[in-house]
Amino acid sequence: MKKYIFKSENFLDFLSSLFVIFVGLLIGFVILLISNSSAAPNAFLTILTFGYTSMRNMGDVLLLATPIILTGLSVAFSFKTGLFNIGASGQFTVGAFLAIYIGINATDIPSGLRIILSILVAAIGGALWGAIPGFLKAYRNVHEVISCIMTNYIAMFLVNYLIITNILDTGRGTSLPVPASSNLPTWGLEHIFRDNLRASHVNIGFFIAIVIAIVLYIVLEKTVFGYELKAGGFNKNAADYAGISGNKNMVLSMMISGSIAGIAGALNYLAGTGLSMSIVDNLSMEGFTGISVAFLGLNHPVGIIFSGIFVSSLFLGGARTQIFGFSVEIVEIVMSVIIYFCSFVFLVKTFLSKNFKKSEKEEVL
Amino acid sequence: MSKYILEMREIRKEFPGIVACDNITIGLKKGEIHALLGENGAGKSTLMSILFGLYKPDKGEILINGKNVKITGPVEANINKIGMVHQHFKLIHNFTVLENIILGVEQTKNGILDMNEARNRIKDLSDKYGLNIELNVKIKDISVSMQQKVEIIKMLYRENEILIFDEPTAVLTPQEIESLMKTMQYLAKEGKSILFITHKLDEIKQIADNCTVIRKGKFIDTVNVSTTSKEELSELMVGRKVSLDISKNEAKIGDTILDVKNLSFKNKLKNISFKVKSGEILCIAGIDGNGQTELIEAITGLIKDYNCEHIKLKNTDISKLSIRNRIEQQIGHIPEDRQKHGLVLEYDLAYNTILQTYYTKRFNKKGFLKKSDIYKFADTLIKRFDIRTSKGATTSTRSMSGGNQQKIILAREIDREPELLIAVQPTRGLDVGAIEYIHKQIIEQRDSGRAVLLVSLELEEVLNLSDRILVMYEGEIVANLNSKDTNFKELGLYMAGSKKQSVEVL
Repeated sequence: MKKYIFKSENFLDFLSSLFVIFVGLLIGFVILLISNSSAAPNAFLTILTFGYTSMRNMGDVLLLATPIILTGLSVAFSFKTGLFNIGASGQFTVGAFLAIYIGINATDIPSGLRIILSILVAAIGGALWGAIPGFLKAYRNVHEVISCIMTNYIAMFLVNYLIITNILDTGRGTSLPVPASSNLPTWGLEHIFRDNLRASHVNIGFFIAIVIAIVLYIVLEKTVFGYELKAGGFNKNAADYAGISGNKNMVLSMMISGSIAGIAGALNYLAGTGLSMSIVDNLSMEGFTGISVAFLGLNHPVGIIFSGIFVSSLFLGGARTQIFGFSVEIVEIVMSVIIYFCSFVFLVKTFLSKNFKKSEKEEVL
Repeated sequence: MSKYILEMREIRKEFPGIVACDNITIGLKKGEIHALLGENGAGKSTLMSILFGLYKPDKGEILINGKNVKITGPVEANINKIGMVHQHFKLIHNFTVLENIILGVEQTKNGILDMNEARNRIKDLSDKYGLNIELNVKIKDISVSMQQKVEIIKMLYRENEILIFDEPTAVLTPQEIESLMKTMQYLAKEGKSILFITHKLDEIKQIADNCTVIRKGKFIDTVNVSTTSKEELSELMVGRKVSLDISKNEAKIGDTILDVKNLSFKNKLKNISFKVKSGEILCIAGIDGNGQTELIEAITGLIKDYNCEHIKLKNTDISKLSIRNRIEQQIGHIPEDRQKHGLVLEYDLAYNTILQTYYTKRFNKKGFLKKSDIYKFADTLIKRFDIRTSKGATTSTRSMSGGNQQKIILAREIDREPELLIAVQPTRGLDVGAIEYIHKQIIEQRDSGRAVLLVSLELEEVLNLSDRILVMYEGEIVANLNSKDTNFKELGLYMAGSKKQSVEVL
C-alpha cells in the first residue's frame, strides 16, 4: 500500500497543531493592531522570537516551560485514561506549599536529600489531592470536573491559611523565601544559558520534566498497567466487560495525574528565582495552562515537551512587549487568545482527517 | 400527472472512501405498498436520509407528483407530505400520546395551546383507521406496538401522503406484525402511498405490490412481488444463492454447565431459574426489553445488586465473584453491542484480541506487554477465523466492517475455550455471509461439547439455531420449549405474554 503523506497520523497531528497556533497568533496580532497599530509588528515579532534571541532567554524559556510541561503531562495522563483533571491547579498549589514548607523547615536534613524529599512529598500531596475527585468519581459518581473545581478552591484557601499560620513573610505578605540550599541545583547550566549581563535561573527541573514525560510514555505504551488504564479511558464499558476494574484505575489515574501536578508546584517554587507563594484569592494559572499545553501537544508526552516550550516562549516574549508600551492587560489578552486557540487542536484534527484522510473502510470489506 | 407520487432518480451519495448510494432510482405509485429490500449496510437508510433532507445527494433528483423538489430537512419533507416511522421511534417519553402527536404542529389560540381541536381530529383519524389509542397516557407507560401506532397517527395528523416505514416489524411479536400489516394495507387502500423498508422476505410477499432491491449501494432491480418468488428475492438481495436453513446434527447433551437458581433483579428479573447443559444451544427468546439484557449482565457480573440462590458454573457458585474471576472460570461472552462492550475501537486488532488475557503470563512479562507475542497471537486468530483486514494485526478496529469486528470478538471468546459461551444477538446488523459463518461457529462450539447460551430477537435464528428455547416476558421465563416442537406462532403468543406454561413444565 502506498503511504500518502496526508494519511500519516503524525503529520496530521503536527499540521493541526500548526494550524491552531497560526490562527491564535493571527487573532493575537489583530488585537495588538487594534491596541496600537504602529507598534504592533515589532511587538508581535518580539512575542514570537524573544525567547530565542539569547542563550539566557532560552534558559528562561526552559525554566518557565518546566511547570507547564508537567501540568500538561498531568492533564494529558488523565485524558488518556478517560478523565479530565481540571484540578491540576489545586494539586499544583498543594505540592508547591509542601515543597516550600520542607525547604524552609527541614534544614537539618542535608541539602540534596532535602530537595528530593521536597519533591517526593509534593508528589504525594498532589496525589492525595487528586485522589479526592478520583474517589468521588469512582465510588460516588460525582463528575470529576465539578469536584476538581471545588478541590482547586479548597486547595487555594487551605494553602493561604497554612502559609499565614506557618511560613508567613510578614513584610511581603507572601510565603517566606526558600533558603538557597533547598533550591534545585543547576549543574552548571548557568554557564551555558547566559548573556553578557547575567545567567538564567534554569535548573535541573527541566530534565526532571523530561524524565517524567519519558516514564509516562513508557507506562502508557508499554506496560500492562497502561493497557488497562487506556482501555478504561477509551471505552469504560468494554473495560468493565473484560473485567478490568474501572474504579480502582480511576483513583490511581487521578493520583498519578495529581502527583505530576504536585511535582510541577515543587519545581516552580524551588527554582531559585526568588518566587514566593502570594496570599491571593487566585487559582494557580499553571494548572490551566497545562490544559492548553496538553491539547497543543495532542496529549502525547513528546508533543507536550515541545508545546510547553513553545507556550513558555510566548509568555516570555509577551511580557517583553511591554517595552513597546502595551499594557499588561493587553498582553494578557493576547496571550490568552493564543493559548485558548491551542485548545481547539482536536477540532481541527477531526476536520482535517475527515477531509484529507481517505477512510480505510474501502480496503477492508 | 406523473405515474409516480414519489420518484427518486439516479441518486448518488458518496462518503469518504465509500459510495453509499450509486445511481439508485425508485418510483412509488399512489396507493401502493412498495418494499425497499436490501441487507444491512446496503444503503437503505442513506437513501431515506436523503429523502428526508438529512443528507444532500451528490447527484440525482427527487420528484413529487412529477415536480422536482429540493428537500433540505425534515420540515420540507413534511411540507411535501412525506412522513416516516423510524426504526427507533422519535417520541418524547414523558409527554402524553396527545402531546407527542401535535409536537411541532401545535395549534394555539391567543398564544395558548388549543388541545381540544387536536383531540377531536385525532379521534376521527384513529376511528377511521382503526388505531385505537389512549391519548392521555405517557409514552413511557405504553407498549412498543402502541408507540408505533402513535408514530403512524403522527403522520396521519400531519396529512402525510407518503408514509415510510423503516424496519417496522423488528420490535413486534408475530401477532402484532399481523395487525400492523393490516393497518398498512388499509392505509394503502385509503390512498396513502407506503414505502416499506425491510429485509424480511415473508413480509414483502405478504403485503407489498412492488419491490426495489438494492445491494451494496447499487440499484439491482424493481420487481413485481406477485410474480417473484422468495428465493428469487433473496438472490437479488444477496447476489448469490443462499441456503436459508441451518444444518446441524443431533445434540449430544452432557452435564449441566450453568445452573441459575431464583435470580431476581429490581423489577426486571423475577425468580429466574434454568440450566444450560454441555452440547446444547439454549436460546432466550423474547421481545427486546423483557429482561434478557439484565439476565446476561447478571450472569457475567456486569450488574451486581441482584438476588439469587446461586449461579453455578459447573460446581462453582460464581454469583459473588468479580467479572474477571467469572471470566477466569471460563465464560465466553459475545456481547449485545460489539462496539459498546466488545471492543476498544481505539486499539488495533491485536490489542482487542487480548482484552481479557493481557495480564496473563502469555502476554505479560513483569508488567510489560509482550508485544511480539500479542501480534503473533492476533495473526493466528486472523488466519483461523478468516478475519479480513487491510493491515493484518495492526489494522485499526474502527475501520473494520461490522462482520469482521464481530469475528474478532468471536475469535477471542472461542479461543479462550470457554465452558459456557454466551452469545447475545451475535448476528445483529451483519450481512448474510457473516451470519452464516457465525452460526456455523456457534454450532461447532456446541458440537465440541460447550454449553451455549444464545439471546436472539430474530425468531428465525431462534428456531433454526437452538436446541431448547426459553421465552422471557416481563422478566419471567414463561415457556421452556424444545425447538423442534414449536413454531413462530406459538413463540409469538408466549412472547406477547398471552400464553404461559404452568410452573411444573418450567
